[in-house]
Amino acid sequence: MREFIDGATAIVRGALDAGCTFFAGYPITPASGILMQMMRELPKTGGVAVQGEDEIASIGMCIGATLSGARSMTATSGPGISLYSENIGLAIMGEVPLVIVDVQRLGPSTGAATTVAQGDIQFVRWGTAGGYPIIALAPSTLPEAYHLTAKAFQLAERFRCPVFVMTDKELAMSLTTVDPSSFVLPHLENRPLAAEGAPYRYDPADQVFPMHEYGRGRTVRFTGSTHDEDALITKDTPTIDALNRHLIAKIEDHRDEIEMVDLNAEAGANTLVVGYGITARAVRNSVALARQAGRPLSSAIVQSLWPIPETALGKAFAEADRIIVPELNPGLYRREIERIAGGREVVGIERIDGNLISAEQILEVVG
Amino acid sequence: MTTITVLDSYRNEKPYPFCPGCGHGPVLDKLNAALVTLEADPSEVVIVSDIGCAGLSDQYFATSAFHGLHGRSITYATGIKLARPELTVIVIMGDGGTGIGGTHLINAARRNVGITVLVLNNLNFGMTGGQHSTTTPEGSITSTTPLGNPEHPLDICATVGVNGAAYVYRGTSFDDELADQMVDAIRQPGFALLDVWDLCTAYFVPKNKIGKKGLEETIGELGLTKGVLYRRDVPEYAATYRDAAAGMGERQPARTIPVEFDSDLDRTFSVIVAGSAGAKVRSATRLYAEAAIRSGLWATLRGDYPVTVKSGHSVSSVVLSPEETPLGSVAAPDILVIASADGLPKVSGLLDQMGPEGIVVTIPEFTDLETRAELVVIDPAAWSGRIPKAQLALMLLTVAAQLKDVFALDALRAAAAGPFASGNLNAIEAGVALASVQPGRAPA
Ligand SMILES: Cc1ncc(C[n+]2csc(CCOP(=O)(O)OP(=O)(O)O)c2C)c(N)n1
Ligand code: SF4
Ligand SMILES: [Mg+2]
Repeated sequence: MREFIDGATAIVRGALDAGCTFFAGYPITPASGILMQMMRELPKTGGVAVQGEDEIASIGMCIGATLSGARSMTATSGPGISLYSENIGLAIMGEVPLVIVDVQRLGPSTGAATTVAQGDIQFVRWGTAGGYPIIALAPSTLPEAYHLTAKAFQLAERFRCPVFVMTDKELAMSLTTVDPSSFVLPHLENRPLAAEGAPYRYDPADQVFPMHEYGRGRTVRFTGSTHDEDALITKDTPTIDALNRHLIAKIEDHRDEIEMVDLNAEAGANTLVVGYGITARAVRNSVALARQAGRPLSSAIVQSLWPIPETALGKAFAEADRIIVPELNPGLYRREIERIAGGREVVGIERIDGNLISAEQILEVVG
Repeated sequence: MTTITVLDSYRNEKPYPFCPGCGHGPVLDKLNAALVTLEADPSEVVIVSDIGCAGLSDQYFATSAFHGLHGRSITYATGIKLARPELTVIVIMGDGGTGIGGTHLINAARRNVGITVLVLNNLNFGMTGGQHSTTTPEGSITSTTPLGNPEHPLDICATVGVNGAAYVYRGTSFDDELADQMVDAIRQPGFALLDVWDLCTAYFVPKNKIGKKGLEETIGELGLTKGVLYRRDVPEYAATYRDAAAGMGERQPARTIPVEFDSDLDRTFSVIVAGSAGAKVRSATRLYAEAAIRSGLWATLRGDYPVTVKSGHSVSSVVLSPEETPLGSVAAPDILVIASADGLPKVSGLLDQMGPEGIVVTIPEFTDLETRAELVVIDPAAWSGRIPKAQLALMLLTVAAQLKDVFALDALRAAAAGPFASGNLNAIEAGVALASVQPGRAPA
């Protein structure tokens, strides 16, 4: 048995199978497929899907719903991420689990709605005031889109923060043949209902305590302002320091739980191609072609873009003296690779004309 | 059976942080009285506060609370109510918040989400230093309207009222019946709003020499009235949604495609179909791809079309491979179908790239196309039946599928079964007939 579906379908299925119960979004190509499927399918599972009056309302509704017990997701493209910005900060500060799908299109600005790009890679990381961490995953195939969307729900609960699924027009809108048995759900846990103690806890700094929900027999407070453990606005310096360090440590100190890199290393290969998302297809392909031609070549497909999987990539770098980073943007992830490459030569392949990078284009640079 | 804890007071012990004489405190006292009357379970009451001095309010209540972003409180309240309709959700926002979040105000009223919005309307931005807001009366002095406000003020009540709000009340912090009105508003199933005018003693009062009497008079001078302005028996959104959802049935099952034919294809094979948007180019290509999948091949279909999907060009390309991930990319297609003048410019560059092993299948209009590939011109008029525009792409593709056969025609016929089967099968049979009269070609 096979299926012929688009990435939006795989993402929606991953979300529903992971227990998503709330969706709000605003129409935008190439993310509208997710909105339309959610509007159609979510109510059938007892959940709620809404088309918000704008992106600000959509993400706001998701945040409110999560705190009332829902597992929430929203989906948009670059222009919508701009409008999410302030509420992404709220979800970080308020420690609200939330899945945000970014179906990237060519920018800047309105750009080209039906054209592929990977230009939001840094935007989602630094897209709200303060510079605090978020988590971002990047599927490159439909089975990965399914798995990583579900995984985003798991990570959002585990770390109580916004988790982005970074995809693009090509993956979301192209139809691909899949074997349904290749859709694998990650392990998912239920949110503990009878959460005890203060709604926020900063000690130990890296520990994430269960989120309290509204209407479970005790009063609960949430806030986007700088707050103490009872969610009351504070100006107490040690408390502020503890809060903000907690927001960093809970993610950075647990990178090992988030890091996902698909490493395909070949002995004797001194060139490593690092790719992610839709470009990863050409990367995998270039490795296969190179090997067919007897040219050793290794690849590392980054499935967890943020935090940067430094440990896994560090292992991938060990054998390499040259790292090639193809991406559909002006070298946005390459700068991260350069930062951790330990002086190795890093070469970017940057395509910003709306076309995909091909395996052959990568092989030209591989030499 | 759950036990409900009702409180004597829904305030906590903390004194309000407001300036002496600020109108916000007295309004919050009335809200407390209303909650006492309602005998609400404090954990089931969520006070969603906005930003500004009004936005500090939630911290002085012993209920559940959410303190979000400026102007967005209604969006969080909507999410809370939709996820848990049994909760009592009360928004407290300033006139500043209603201004910046005006779209949420209108849309929550229009949807009739069952929340109660309490606007602490002090006619200016208190917290940020007395700047003018959308409700500042014309002529009033604020820190940003030193010569008097030149802007016409927003009528909050009328705005939500004409857009369908279930309950709308205007009053002042001095109204004796305010707590009762709040009870009334909270009990209302749909969207309720109380526009409560009060005094900002730090800014608006000294700049405009206004007091209780002046506040009441201003309402009249602006031609506005106090009291319950709208009361409608309308269904609440969260409840309506759930009722509608109850009849929606099961999740749509996966549409699986059986592998029931086979194919000899041993390499990557590419087909591009160019035509007019709205003329079923994508559907035809999809059907072709599904026939390939039925024959054990792996297909990927990409589309290129303008944002307006019913006008201009539509180009669909499908790559077939015996492997799940085909090796390498295809430079030129094996089959190029050109079904209309809209599609031609989008693919004309490919005509040069194609070699003699490729075929271009098109209509008589394009008999003069220059290409090294084999040019196959099919005249739809040569068929006895009728081929509507929407079936042209599939007919041409059927011809191509026979001249370069990577799967059996029966796979195409099997893929055509479904909602549009008769039209699709008509196009396929036309394609079969027209291919068989190709000079130098054996009938399929
Ligand atoms: C996005 C954004 N812009 C600006 C501000 C700054 N700000 C804080 S309070 C406020 C005005 C509040 O006025 P109002 O809602 O009338 O409340 P009041 O202080 O009068 O009770 C503004 C503009 C902000 N917090 N967020
Ligand atoms: S600034 Fe105005 S609104 Fe704020 S507390 Fe003082 S009097 Fe009240
Ligand atoms: Mg105000």
